Order: sequence, then structure tokens, then C-alpha cells
Amino acid sequence: MALTGVEIFKLLPKTNCKKCGFPTCLAFAMKLAQRQASLDLCPDVSEEARQKLGEASAPPVRPITLGTGENAVKMGEETVLFRHDKRFVNPCVFALGIKDTLSSEEIEKKINEVRNSVIDRVGQKLKIDAIALLNDSGGPEKFENAAKILSEKAPEIPVILCTTNLSAAEVSTKLYSDRKPVLYGANAGNLEDMSGIAKNYKATLGIAASTGGLNELSELTEKVKKLGVEDIVIDPGARKAKEILEHNTLIRRAAIKKNFKPLGYPIITFAQREDNLLETLFAALGVAKYSSIIVLSSIERWKNLALFTLRQNIYTDPQVPMQVEQKIYKIGEPTEESPLLITTNFSLTYFIVSGEVENSKVASYLAVMDCEGLSVLTAWAAGKFTASKIAQFIKESGIEGSIKHRELIIPGYVAILSGSIEDKLEGWKVTVGPREANGIPAFMKSRMK
Amino acid sequence: MAFIPPKETYPGRVYSVSIGTGQKEITVGGENVLPFHSFEGAFSNRPLIAYEIHDVPPSDWPESVQKPYLDVCANPVSWAKYCQDILNAKAIALRLIGTHPDRENRSSEDAAKTVKEVIDSIDIPLIILGSNHTEKDSSVLIAAAEASKDRNCIIGKAQEANYKTIAAAAIANNHKLIAMSELDINLSKQLNILITQMGFDKEKIIIDPMCSALGYGLEYTYSVMERIRLAGLAQNDPTMQQPILGDVGMYVWKVKETIADEKDVPLWGNTEERGIAWEAVTAVSMLIAGAEILVMRHPKAIEAVEKMIDELM
Ligand code: B12
Ligand code: SF4
Repeated sequence: MALTGVEIFKLLPKTNCKKCGFPTCLAFAMKLAQRQASLDLCPDVSEEARQKLGEASAPPVRPITLGTGENAVKMGEETVLFRHDKRFVNPCVFALGIKDTLSSEEIEKKINEVRNSVIDRVGQKLKIDAIALLNDSGGPEKFENAAKILSEKAPEIPVILCTTNLSAAEVSTKLYSDRKPVLYGANAGNLEDMSGIAKNYKATLGIAASTGGLNELSELTEKVKKLGVEDIVIDPGARKAKEILEHNTLIRRAAIKKNFKPLGYPIITFAQREDNLLETLFAALGVAKYSSIIVLSSIERWKNLALFTLRQNIYTDPQVPMQVEQKIYKIGEPTEESPLLITTNFSLTYFIVSGEVENSKVASYLAVMDCEGLSVLTAWAAGKFTASKIAQFIKESGIEGSIKHRELIIPGYVAILSGSIEDKLEGWKVTVGPREANGIPAFMKSRMK
Repeated sequence: MAFIPPKETYPGRVYSVSIGTGQKEITVGGENVLPFHSFEGAFSNRPLIAYEIHDVPPSDWPESVQKPYLDVCANPVSWAKYCQDILNAKAIALRLIGTHPDRENRSSEDAAKTVKEVIDSIDIPLIILGSNHTEKDSSVLIAAAEASKDRNCIIGKAQEANYKTIAAAAIANNHKLIAMSELDINLSKQLNILITQMGFDKEKIIIDPMCSALGYGLEYTYSVMERIRLAGLAQNDPTMQQPILGDVGMYVWKVKETIADEKDVPLWGNTEERGIAWEAVTAVSMLIAGAEILVMRHPKAIEAVEKMIDELM
């Protein structure tokens, strides 16, 4: 169980020396209990207390990194069960499953699919994060060969090596030594050997329960930990949606509400299905319900876009909408004759509108006003996108120095504001644009005539 | 350390609500656990998906979702029968969009006639939706409720601005009522209270917390639905124990991702498959968050979501 503030206080030096930046040891202890401060801030804490507190203050789901360098992805560290309580921390990893029975050309083709999966959405680069190499051949040769191809041709892509064959595990993990792969395939039968391999090459060990479910899984992780492997991902063994939901929920609850360490690890989910749309939905379940790695059998672009977007939605901060900086953005190379449009600083709004202005191929200024990340209508309804605020923003922005004309194009949904903006912005003319951003290219073209 | 499954039981329960009549009557809700958590309580009634049809041809739908209905959508009766008989729909949601003043501006009488014709041609439950024009909906839904009297439909949506007339029509004609508010749990609760204060049975309300599409505010709907369920179950709040409805298709099939041609956005992949996936993923997210009734459009998306429900039940 996590310690309370008072329990933590008892372990601190109680000198109230303030070196931690808090007025008293008790105040510091309270912050520690809420996980809002780090123990390192107190220079005088005893080694014994440090150990006790370290255990207790470790995040309920162990943080684990997959891969190294630029493409490394973090997993775990989650602290809540529901996204409205607090932001989900580390977005799940999508991995493309590649069978070792494929030819080298086919494997290279798949590598390229992963590389080309990057999609820009609302200012974020989203992609398939990893490759899961699957030991469909059953034997070591093909697996080792495929691992070699991956390691040579795609050294930057993080991997999950899925095999229960010890020789295949040894050879492939060695190839990825110090590159933080996951070696998945430890089970009751091969636990010691697999732990040895993971430990030797500093890999994260993927442990699968067979029929014993979560009880078996807990025993396995404890054994592995005793063998000296700390970085673990877990697979409760279920493959049907109903059981996945049950297991993932119980694992996350045990970790967070009971601080049950043996299950405080990221979960790996195998979502492969013959029916591709069903596979997509299955992956969606994993995104919403606590999976940290989701293995897919194919990564078509339509499927990626839907899953990336869901992951982005579920993992956004419920308190702070995604927003962009307030300023006058230049689109193309605007001159002093170029049109000036205005919108709010909600990321989604900004990216849709700037994209459509770009599509119109008319160089423009886009004034983006801080409305605390609210969309146009929401900001208007909340009194943040009002005539006087718009007028003030335009005046203070300095745009009057960059353009000769005095015309402001406003979103069609707030047409009602046009008169009052003209009243407050002397010498300006307000033009009402289309309601939906996709009408902007036609609107801009018609103005050119 | 032995593992003890941290199961949770709740004091509250979602009301069971039945719609339709005769053999095809369907019950939703009734669970005392979070969605599909049958490992710790009762989740026995399957969520229901209704096929959305319109009183006028769906000229505003993107091509990929118009296509499956091209031969039948000129007439709401043939459209409804096609959904019931060929696509095996379990329920129909008839949206009277043609009554909207900015659309065909059809009269309440015309709307009532359409409702009568549709309900007489099917035996599965019917959901009757207005055009979301708060003023016009008041009169249209009164006429629609009368035309379907005693057939145990769901009518809606009643909003803060028009709930009185619509709720009264639902009482008079024995229907269930959708109470819709805008993405805010407190507004939703408040509307339910206002409606019950009129003498409307709280167990005949369906909550619509307002849907939003994947990529366009889905996270807000998702969290409001989760919070409503938790309020009903964990806090045993009787004003938050109604089944939840997600009006999925309407919000999904207007976003760029379901419309844009692959030629214009090659990075987004096949247009049709993208649209179907968009609707299905939005729908499954709503189910996981707490929706018991979904209104959807594309037959392939519905089929996939039904398969997912099979696996989750
Ligand atoms: C998600 C949402 C919220 C979220 C906020 C999300 C956010 N970050 O803004 C939350 C839940 C917080 C919220 C709150 C409220 N909301 Co709200 N919300 C929505 C919802 C569902 C989607 C908004 C959205 O993200 N749209 C997508 C973005 C991209 O749209 P957009 O910014 O308008 O941009 C489009 C166009 O305007 C145009 N455009 C944008 N800029 C420009 C510029 C130019 C020059 C041009 C030409 C075009 C253009 O292009 C874009 C794409 O086409 C809408 C309903 C809906 N489906 O639209 C209601 C909606 C906006 N909300 C509404 C209301 C009333 C509220 C609240 C006041 C009520 C409440 N529930 O408490 C509060 C106010 C907020 C507050 N007090 O803090 C109403 C507004 C009613 C009205 N007509 O004024 C709406 C329309 C709901 C409704 N009635 O149907 N909301
Ligand atoms: S630095 Fe340590 S000893 Fe000093 S006040 Fe902070 S917690 Fe107490």
C-alpha cells in the first residue's frame, strides 16, 4: 500500500531545515504522498528511510522503456483507472506482428510499412512504434534469421521478440543487447532460462500465464524478480475480448488500488484477428482499457489513422485541451495585401483551419487567439471569443503594422459578432467566412475575382 | 503474495428499460456493474444498436454510407423494411431530419404520417428522433408520439429548451424519452431532475449526454459517460441510473476523415474502410464507456460492432 503523509513524515529527519524547499518536513511529506515531489529534494534523509520510501513511492505500474534513442517509447507509470481522474501517462505502443516464416523481401516490405506509418495529426507525429517478431515457424533457424534482418535493416525500430524457443531467444536477444527489446515468451516451463537471457542482455522480459490466469501470472513475476529481472511486461493469457477486459481491469485495479506489486507492470495484448475490422475494434478495447503494447497483424493506413486518433483522444489531458500558442501565424508568404483570418487556439481548430487555408493556396495571416484551448463555438458560448476580446487582441497583436487593409475574416458560426467587432475595432471591416473550414478554399477563390 | 481479485460491487443499478411490443420487445440496461464487467456482477442485457433511417433521402450523407441504401432510401418504409428484413436490424431509429426549417421543412402532419407508415411496416422497436431544432421538434415530436401511440417507442430528443412539451407527449402516448444535454454531467443530471419533476417516470428516461466523433471530442463524451455510470453505480444516484444513448452515426459521418477521398489524402488510406472503421471505433468506445443504445449508419460498421459485443458479453 502507498504510505500516507503522516507515515512518510515519521521517516523524515524532522528537523524542518527547509532545504527541500518546503517549510516543514510534514509539508514535504504531504507532497510526497501526493506524488508531487521527489524524495531527492531532501539531502538529509537516511539510507534506510530512502529504501522504505522508494519502495512505497514507486509508481504502481512500473515504468519501462522499449527501444533506445529517438524511437524509444515509454510504457507504464499509470496512476489512475479512469481518464477523468488524471491524465493517462504513457500512450500504448502499437506493434506490427511479423511472422518469421516470411521471406526476407516480405520482411523488408513490412519494415517499410512501419517506417511509412507516420501520420501528422493535430501537430503530433503518430506512428506504429514497434515490430513484434513472431516465432510461427516453431524452430530457431527462421526466427534467428528474421531477427538478423530486423536488426540490420531496421536498427532504429524497437522490437518485441516473441518466442519460447531458448536458442532463438538467446540468439535474437543477443543481437539486441543494450537496445532494450522485449523478450516475450517466458512461462512456467522456461522461466529460469528466459530470465537468464533477459538479464544477460538487459532485455525486458515478457511473461505469459497459461491456464492459471492472474494468480499464476503473479507467481511468475515474483519468481522472475527474485531471479534478478526487474523490467517485465505481462500477458494474462486471455485472447477473447471479454477476458481481456476482465484481466486488464483486475490487473490495473490491483496495481493502483492495492499497490499489488506482482502485477504492477505494463500489459501486452495480442489483438490479431482474421477479420481486420474486428481486429481494429479489439485494439480499440486495448487502447481504452489499459493495454501498454498492442500487437497487430496488419497496419493499413485507414486502420492506423483510426487507432492513432483513439489513442490520442484517450491519452489527452482531461483538464487541459490541446492548444497552440496565441499569435499571428503566417501561411505561405503573406504580403501587406494578404487576407487576415481569425480563429481560436484549440489545437484541433487551428490545424483544421490552417490546413484549409493552405489548401486555398492564398498566402494569408491567421490570427489565433488564446481561448484556453476551446473550439470556436465553445469559446463563444463560454464568453472567451467575444467582440471586445477579439478587438483587443487584434489591436495588441501589431498586425496593423504588417497589412495595409483593415479587413478581418471571422468564422461563419460566429457571424453574429460581426457588427459588434466593427463597433469596437474602428476603421475595420468584418467579413463573415464560411461555417465549416472545408468551405475556406472556395471562399478564398471567390474573393480573388 | 497471493493474488486476490480486487472485484467491486456497487450499491446502484442501471434501470432496465424495455422498448417495442410483442415478441420483438427488447430490454436494455439492468446491470449493476460497469460495462461488460460480468466477472463481478450482472451484465445480462446486450447493448442495442439501432439502424438510422431518415424521412427524406439522405443526400447529405457521404457517398460510402449512402451506397448501401441507394435502392431503398427514397422511401422510409422500404428503407426500414430493408434494415429489418435484409440487414437483420434489431431496432430502427427514424430521424425526422426533413422537418428542419433549413432542410425540407416538412410539417408535423407529414412527419406523423411517415412515423405511422414506418411503424406499421416493421415489428422491431422504433426510436423516433426529431431534427434537433428545439422549437420545431416540440410540435413534430408531439405529432410523432401520437402517431406511434402505445407502441412503446423511444422519442427525443428532449433538451432543456423544449423538454416540457416532448415529455408530456411521451407520457400521454406511453413512450420512453431521450433527455439530451451538452457534454456535462451536471447538466445531464439537472435535466433528468427537471423531467421527473413533471411527473415523468425516471425509469423511462434514456440519457443522451451528446455524442462526439472519434478525433472530434470523443474523449469528452467518453469521460462524461464513464462519470454518469460511476455516479449511478458507485454513488447510487437515482438521477443517473438511466441507460445511455450514443447518437454515433450523425456525428461520425460529417467529419473529414469519413469523407475525404483517398486521392486527396493518400496518407489516410481507403476512404470507405476508413469511414466504416471511424464509425465502428467511435461506437465501441461509447460501449466501453457506458452506452447501452447506439444509433448507427453503416451496415458493415454495425455488423463489426455486433461481433465485438458477442465477444464482450
Ligand atoms: C467538445 C465540446 C465541448 C468541450 C470543449 C472542447 C474544446 N476544447 O473546445 C466542453 C465539454 C468543455 C464543452 C463545454 C461547453 N460547451 Co461545448 N461543445 C463541444 C462540441 C461537441 C465539439 C466542439 C469541437 O471540438 N468542435 C470542433 C472544432 C474544430 O470546431 P470549431 O472550433 O468550431 O471550428 C470549425 C468551424 O468553426 C470552422 N472555423 C474555425 N475557425 C474558423 C475561422 C474562419 C475564418 C473560418 C472561415 C472558419 C473557421 O472550421 C472548423 C471546422 O469546420 C460542440 C458541438 C459540436 N459537435 O460541434 C459543443 C458546443 C460548441 N458547446 C456548446 C456549449 C453551449 C458549451 C457550454 C457553454 C455548455 C456546457 N456544456 O457547459 C460549455 C462552455 C465551455 C466552458 N464554460 O468552459 C454549444 C455552443 C452553442 C452555441 N451555438 O453557441 C455547442 C455547439 C453544443 C450544441 N449546442 O450543440 N464543449
Ligand atoms: S530537507 Fe528534509 S529535513 Fe529539511 S525540512 Fe525538508 S524534509 Fe525536513
